[in-house]
Amino acid sequence: MGLRVEAHGLEKTYGDIRAVDGITFTVEPGEFFGLLGPNGAGKTTALEILEGLRRPDAGRALVDGVDPAERDPRILMRMGVQLQSSAFFEKLTAREQLDTFGALYGAPSARTDELLELVGLTDHAAVLAENLSGGQKQRLSIACALVNDPDLVFLDEPTAALDPQARRNLWDVLDRLNDSGRTVVLTTHYMEEAELLCDRVAIMDRGKILAIDTPASLAQALDLPVTIGLAAGALTLDDAASLPGVESAALEQTGIKVLTRHPSEVLTALAARDALDGLSVRSGSLEDVFLRLTGREYRA
Amino acid sequence: MSVPTTERGTTAVASPAPRRAFRSLAVAMAKGFLRDKMALFWAVIFPLMFLFLFGGLLADSGTPRSDVIQVGAVPLLDQAGPEAQKVIDDSLHIEKSDDRDAAIAEVRKGDADAVVTMDGDALELWYSAADQVTASIVQGTFNGLVQAANQAASGQPPTYTLSTQQVEDESLSAIQYFTPSLLGWAIAMGATFGAAANLVLWRRNGVLRRLRLSPVPTAAVVGARVVTALMLAGIQMAMFLVPAVLFMGLELTGWWWLSVPLLAAATLAFLALGLLVGSFSKTEEGATGAANFVILPMAFLSGSFFPLDEAPAWIVALSNVLPLKWVNEGMLDVMVRGEGPSAIVVPTLALLAFAAVLGALATRLFRWDTT
Repeated sequence: MGLRVEAHGLEKTYGDIRAVDGITFTVEPGEFFGLLGPNGAGKTTALEILEGLRRPDAGRALVDGVDPAERDPRILMRMGVQLQSSAFFEKLTAREQLDTFGALYGAPSARTDELLELVGLTDHAAVLAENLSGGQKQRLSIACALVNDPDLVFLDEPTAALDPQARRNLWDVLDRLNDSGRTVVLTTHYMEEAELLCDRVAIMDRGKILAIDTPASLAQALDLPVTIGLAAGALTLDDAASLPGVESAALEQTGIKVLTRHPSEVLTALAARDALDGLSVRSGSLEDVFLRLTGREYRA
Repeated sequence: MSVPTTERGTTAVASPAPRRAFRSLAVAMAKGFLRDKMALFWAVIFPLMFLFLFGGLLADSGTPRSDVIQVGAVPLLDQAGPEAQKVIDDSLHIEKSDDRDAAIAEVRKGDADAVVTMDGDALELWYSAADQVTASIVQGTFNGLVQAANQAASGQPPTYTLSTQQVEDESLSAIQYFTPSLLGWAIAMGATFGAAANLVLWRRNGVLRRLRLSPVPTAAVVGARVVTALMLAGIQMAMFLVPAVLFMGLELTGWWWLSVPLLAAATLAFLALGLLVGSFSKTEEGATGAANFVILPMAFLSGSFFPLDEAPAWIVALSNVLPLKWVNEGMLDVMVRGEGPSAIVVPTLALLAFAAVLGALATRLFRWDTT
């Protein structure tokens, strides 16, 4: 079963920088939990405290009720870690990396083949890790975190520095990680990734947690308007602004953008005017949430 | 992309197995080293090149024959008996000339070592004070020839005889000295550089952190590193001794295999030194530079490249605190000087003490992380 992870008032300072500035949250067993924020928000430091790699200056981290910094073998055996850098043994093939990491946990050697298939590297089993592509390295790195079939997995920016296609491929793997009740804690600076993968998200900025909830609830709680895009020439700007339920309308390069809190009314009115061709609807996203919480545009 | 419906293993649950972890880490480290062609070159081929170079350059480096110009007839040389002829052949290279003044000018310029003429029964020898060593060798040679001729002329057997023998009893060819001392240097380099660079690499790429978050005891990681270093030392030893014995005329003395425990202790000492260097170096390049900074002067001061017999007393005293000096000392004793087990006791204990002290320092300075 998944392990519970708790952060109680964690603080960590490096010189003048308060990397983690009093964060508290609990990850329930089996939950897929995301720490989302721009670079330098303190996500990695927070994760390293939870993994047991760093001791907090103040506060307490608990994994299954135990301080992870104690390196309790019973906890280590049930924990899998994917580090930010690709931490591989030099000059070993993908298969040999998995065999070696597996041996550290006494994992059966058949596990290597399962994992190679899971992350889609069966055809690259004999390639040296340093010769794999960025996306393949990340997938191998995730496979290495799963050698002991852990009940808790920490993933530190697993899709960072990948091109969009490789990132999407990796999401297929990540999305299944907690199917069997495993707890997953992930850091990311991609809004889209957090929305897609995480059951709950903590939005971090400058060492603090600004909000924690499911991605959908975060957007709803702010009562954000829905954006409806109309194809150019479908309506005039005045007509669009006067539709029932519309709060504002603006002319953009690709057409007219309409903001509303009553999308069904607006859509009905548009249907009546036969103006649905080329229409797009976008509800409030985490990006809007970040903008609202910090007053800044989100920059990864 | 095809992904199985569940990623959970169908195989048996894992359980900690420190011995298997140790074995697996040692295999991983050994593969990592053996597949790294540059590391192999620096640890094995490069020192071997020095052996061929020194062994070849300095072969037959006994005293060179003196160049002597003979002017006119010199019966002492021309009609020498078989014994005197052997001395002449071994130590003199004789050119003949008719022009005494030109010959003396050559000696003055340093192109020849001496000029010899004979006036009746008096042998005359011209030499240059500029090269006193050569001058005294030539004088000694002719002095001996004259005395032998006088003694032969007397018709009496000699009352006293002198026979000389080199203490090593073997021809002290260069290979006898350089194989043990360069092998010690190679093993010091291999162990130090390997441990230093590897520690820094693993700290930078996160393998150290990954190991820290696994249930593997630190002892298993260190033990795997020790075994790998010993394996490398074994390879180096074989790569040195086989060609040296087969092709370069190295003659090992009876207790040569005692160099195995000695080199094992040396490997531990230099592994500890490498870990110490790696503990405070931030980059692989920095670690390599720092290791060079320590090993290269140490090699010179410990007699790896030339004997310390004629070095100033303070260098000889200083060399006692250098682990490599003890390696060289013990290696020469058991490999070519024919000494027995007692010769490696002090060097081995000294090396183990270095290993303990350096290892303790490295443990104190050890960092899992770059920050």
